[in-house]
Amino acid sequence: MAGSDDVILLDFWVSAFGLRVRIALAEKGIHYEYREENLQNKSPLLLEMNPVHKKIPVLIHQGKPVCESNIIVQYIDEAWHDKSPSLLPSDPYLRAQARFWADFVDKKVYEAAKKIWMTEGEEDRQVAKKELIEVLKVLEGQLGEKPYMVGESFGLADIAMIPFSVWFHTLNEIGKMNIERECPKLAAWVNRCMERESVSKTLPHPHKFYEFVLEMQKKKGH
Amino acid sequence: MLCVYIRHISPSIHHLSLMGSMSNKSEIRLLGTTASPYVNRVQFALNLKSIEYEYVQEDLKAGKSELLLTSNPVHKKVPVLLHADKPPICESQIIVEYLDEIRPDLYQLLPSLSLDRANSRFWATYIDTKFFPLYEELRRTTKKAGQDAIKEEMIDATQLLEEAFIKSSNGKAYFGGDRVGYLDVILGCFLRWIKHVDELNDFNTFDEVRVPELAKWANNIWSHEALESVAPGKETLVYFFGLIHVYRPPYQ
Repeated sequence: MAGSDDVILLDFWVSAFGLRVRIALAEKGIHYEYREENLQNKSPLLLEMNPVHKKIPVLIHQGKPVCESNIIVQYIDEAWHDKSPSLLPSDPYLRAQARFWADFVDKKVYEAAKKIWMTEGEEDRQVAKKELIEVLKVLEGQLGEKPYMVGESFGLADIAMIPFSVWFHTLNEIGKMNIERECPKLAAWVNRCMERESVSKTLPHPHKFYEFVLEMQKKKGH
Repeated sequence: MLCVYIRHISPSIHHLSLMGSMSNKSEIRLLGTTASPYVNRVQFALNLKSIEYEYVQEDLKAGKSELLLTSNPVHKKVPVLLHADKPPICESQIIVEYLDEIRPDLYQLLPSLSLDRANSRFWATYIDTKFFPLYEELRRTTKKAGQDAIKEEMIDATQLLEEAFIKSSNGKAYFGGDRVGYLDVILGCFLRWIKHVDELNDFNTFDEVRVPELAKWANNIWSHEALESVAPGKETLVYFFGLIHVYRPPYQ
């Protein structure tokens, strides 16, 4: 059994990617030391543990680093395979689906969502909004009538996406949209995930994220 | 399963799915184009694991395939794996892991230890998101200053891969050690494409002086039977590049 005492997480409080790892650790009930990184002044430890990308989150387990949030979540599931719940299904086909949708969140959701507050100009913003809703609707299509993204259990694909629910309030405000109204199934899925302590006790309040984005925009002179 | 682009060619896929349900339930079909390194990657894995499969070649000249090409077929649409009557599995890395899991007894590709697996997945992500896109960038960059900048990035990237190889191989011939493993498959499938781009740009990715271990590795993998048997010949590459140049032209 993997030891729980020697687990350190290098992270940034509002990072959706870091939140994935925190949720996974909470699901498994793993004790760890959380270390907040100043992204403007990265610690020597971070630079040593993730020399290739110099990014958080980094999980350090018994002195060895694991990088990339979706990879970390899978690592947590494997290294603590004797702790329930499982974060991935046992069926290989469903596992492939879980990985696919976790990857989809990275490639499509993150990119589309960022654009909402990064674009300038009303026209570009409208395009960004349309793109995001399209992407979220694809996720809804995958959800269908299922409680979670892949099968009956909360897992990797849900963990990959749920931190982005923190972004919805901000996206709604800045993008002048209403994600919950346009994607009611997704909204219901968010509520369902929030019933899990690992999620509700880990995710920051959406208003805090909004404040953070406004701060960022102010600094950039928007 | 999301395969948005596949819907455009779905008549043939659905047909194949229906056929699958009438024949052997364990039948595996791979949809691809010969010149796609991502397709080669899956074939490499299938061959190593001695998994029988039917290869369905997308005809690049057929009408439907224009849809594939305009939506970036090389990186997005193929390969697609069909297993019996299950919906398609997309994304080559995911397909390779799937194959490794359905036949764990035959030639295991991913290492056994969780940390080593995480490391393999890390470098696979690096190769697909940071390393190989440089070759598409180079293909599409016409100004010399831009090309030089990309070549610098390639040099940095191969240095990282050289170090990763040394750590992973532990003095042996492959990333996987004594025999071909996951990262050998993930990187090896790009060799012929890389060589072609190198030749067009007066560059040598796996230079013996800069990256001696990788250079040796590249030679070994190039002629590995499981890969060589499915890799595209020069003519196919040239033809495919011609098509790609039209659908994803150089930057202005």
